[in-house]
Amino acid sequence: MLIAQNISFAIIAAVMIVGAIRVVTTSNVVHGALWLVVVLAGAAAQYVLLAAEFVAVTQVLVYIGAVMVLFLFGTMLTRSRIGRDSGLNNTYWKLGIPVALALFAAMAIALVDSFGSEKMPADGAIVNTQQISDQIFGPYLLPFWALSFVLLAAVIGAIVLARKD
Amino acid sequence: MFVNQFLILAAILFCIGVYGVIARKNGVMVLMAIELILNAVNLNLIAFSMRNGSVDGQTFALFVIAVAAAEVGVGLSLVLLIYRNRRTISLDDLSEMKG
Repeated sequence: MLIAQNISFAIIAAVMIVGAIRVVTTSNVVHGALWLVVVLAGAAAQYVLLAAEFVAVTQVLVYIGAVMVLFLFGTMLTRSRIGRDSGLNNTYWKLGIPVALALFAAMAIALVDSFGSEKMPADGAIVNTQQISDQIFGPYLLPFWALSFVLLAAVIGAIVLARKD
Repeated sequence: MFVNQFLILAAILFCIGVYGVIARKNGVMVLMAIELILNAVNLNLIAFSMRNGSVDGQTFALFVIAVAAAEVGVGLSLVLLIYRNRRTISLDDLSEMKG
């Protein structure tokens, strides 16, 4: 059981990392969006591995369903070249590599230092959707309300920004 | 399963996203890199939810997903507006705020 979990983690993680690297290096905007789908689906699979089914389903619905459609429409409406495009990177894009590597080194040192070889609890708390809803509509009710206002404001703001007049 | 394997995967995704934000010029591609960063954060939240055996992490991840959806909506409409006014979404050309 544990070995199967570890093997599936390794496969999904490798696919996610390859996909993420392709998102930031591809020279084609549409291919970038499709590689992003791979990363998001991999993240949903990791959530299932971590016993968070409801978040995994929400990830698939919201990210792969809605956000990707938004991205593809954004690509179409801004008439980004639907093929190879050499002008996607900054002139100083090489600066990003040392920044990312330094950031990763700092985070890796901190993580290995503080968690070392600590294991996940084997039985793992079984969290079901009912518990999540009890949380959202109980102690997190006020943030939930605030979030619904944020979404309303975002929808109205997006319409106001994007309409022609 | 180690706790660290998920956290380090999230760290790798975060760093790739940061590289994308720095290196990309196209506005839509920058937004995609920001999505990578937000997903790394979500992976951390879920991993800690399992480690601590509590629901709080998953609740926070749901909030993050909702905020990310709002962010993408407003961000893409901003990119659209920039395109409509400037006929380009290259972020290098937006230099009016430079002193």
